[in-house]
Amino acid sequence: MIPAPYRVAERERDTEDTWTLVLEPVSSPEPAIRPGQFMMVYAFGVGEAPISVSGPPDRPGPVVLTIRDVGAVTHAICAAEPGALLGLRGPFGNNWPVDEAAGGDVVVVAGGIGLAPLRPVVLRALERREDYGSVCVLYGARTPGDLLYPAEVESWRSRAHVEVTVDRPDQGWAGRVGVVPKLIASAPFDPERTTAFVCGPEIMMHFAAEALVARGVAPERIELSLERHMDCGIGLCGHCQLGPTLICRDGPVYTQAELGRWLAVEAL
Amino acid sequence: MSVVSEQADRVLGVSALDDLLEALRRRGYRVLGPQARDGAIVYDDLDSAADLPAGWRDVQAPGSYRLERREDEARFGYAVGPHSWKRFLFPPRVRLWRATGVDAIEEEPHDERPLALVGVRPCELHAIAIQDRVFMGGAHIDADYSARRAGLFVVAVNCHDPSSACFCTSVGTGPAADAGYDLLLDELLDGEHRFLVRAGSAAGGEVLDELDTRAATGDDRDEAAAALAEAAQRIRRALEPDARDVLLRNLEHPRWDEVAERCLTCGNCTLVCPTCFCSGVEDTTDLADGAERWRVWDSCFSLAYSHVAGAGPSRPTSRSRYRQWLTHKLATWPDQFDVQGCVGCGRCISWCPVGIDITEEVSAIKQTEAAP
Repeated sequence: MIPAPYRVAERERDTEDTWTLVLEPVSSPEPAIRPGQFMMVYAFGVGEAPISVSGPPDRPGPVVLTIRDVGAVTHAICAAEPGALLGLRGPFGNNWPVDEAAGGDVVVVAGGIGLAPLRPVVLRALERREDYGSVCVLYGARTPGDLLYPAEVESWRSRAHVEVTVDRPDQGWAGRVGVVPKLIASAPFDPERTTAFVCGPEIMMHFAAEALVARGVAPERIELSLERHMDCGIGLCGHCQLGPTLICRDGPVYTQAELGRWLAVEAL
Repeated sequence: MSVVSEQADRVLGVSALDDLLEALRRRGYRVLGPQARDGAIVYDDLDSAADLPAGWRDVQAPGSYRLERREDEARFGYAVGPHSWKRFLFPPRVRLWRATGVDAIEEEPHDERPLALVGVRPCELHAIAIQDRVFMGGAHIDADYSARRAGLFVVAVNCHDPSSACFCTSVGTGPAADAGYDLLLDELLDGEHRFLVRAGSAAGGEVLDELDTRAATGDDRDEAAAALAEAAQRIRRALEPDARDVLLRNLEHPRWDEVAERCLTCGNCTLVCPTCFCSGVEDTTDLADGAERWRVWDSCFSLAYSHVAGAGPSRPTSRSRYRQWLTHKLATWPDQFDVQGCVGCGRCISWCPVGIDITEEVSAIKQTEAAP
């Protein structure tokens, strides 16, 4: 439960309420983080929050975190200027099975801040582009101003099928309008050989999984990343349980086949 | 744990209890045990055997607990009180570390003095074994718990006086202890007031050898066996044997709405439960440059327990929180920790301010479930 000190090397504002920090360990080795894992991030004296890693996976390097300012702890983390110290524990949790998806198609379905933990999946699939068939990125946010990494998402278009939608357009928006699960029906992938990676609000994941199943993607190949209150990150505090599982210990990534039954029960 | 032969049974006079406590203290243990205080049997430091709750019984029912005088001077003539031993192995508030900066965090030193628990009930032995699995059975071991757990000495006392809230016989945890103790006592009250004592470990055997005892006779053993048989007979409350399946089949049963009307979501049940292990962390600062992290008991009945910043609570209703407590305790716990979650001690029944009885809730769901 002792955080290791990390120094903020870079800080960039992504949206009105979301920031990306690049953190370098002060004295510990740079961690290699699997895609989909999270860190427990401590702001001195304020508290700790679980934050998914959004940087490139599987090689030692600085830790890249994208954080939405939604509470006291995340507010303090987002406010950490270059040079400031934050405490990190981790990486914790299991990973997106990106390597296991090789040889088939990949569909990434992200809602809002849910793109952050999926960015390592996209980076890995594009880095080893020849290992995959079709790569689709379907991304939705509330408004155009809430879209994460807009320039980078545009840059993915040369190697992937990228579709972006917003719930509420503004005057300058010429793109799609509507919720992201609606993009699934017409996206160019072969359901028989597709692995889907889904992250966003629970209700969005529910509808996304439904749409993927309707297209013929097997529930065993629909991967979801869950979020729950976490105080320890290591399976001891009990907060993150959902039915038979502790999300920090057994997850956060599960298949629809594993968790669909439990996710369908409201307020479980 | 080695099997102890009948020949190892000894008999200890009630006046020699102080010798037992002294033998433990001499070995460096902090000796903890039951005492009657504020109208309840509580667990605290024992200065001498005179602190034990001589002549008290507890009378329990849903939403009710009180002490009454017994006809005799039995030292362990009650079932269980509101305390469980988890308050010493997993204390309600523990400071984990202090810091003057993110790069200057100092872990709290662990209390080195080993604990000796005197008067541990068979159901409580199981509760300790369950928390061992939770805190020390996985990839990440709770350092504070394992430090307190290391070197524990357990003096168990078989349960001859179960309360009406008890249901250990239906979950296989009592009224007789099977394992997990260093010494096991049966309190014998017919004739001379004495204890039948068996060692369950080498450490227990060493302590027993130091005490002034005599060999047990057939009469001593018969009296203990009769008391245990009578205790088992008196336990009428029972958990449905298929509670797990019943609950998992009925996550949307109307009974959840009905119990939510009664449940105050106060969390008493989780605090008195000897296996409930949820904790939160409190990060605090002083007005200078110091910060601390504390681990504190938490309860799935609080709204904050499931709160996610930006998304709100995962379990916003009483119904969802009561369902979480009951299904976790009786159904999903084995999935998470490969061990049952409930030991049948009945505390959650007696200490529920509105007298909700978990065994009754399961039975009500079972009796009214829709045909599959």
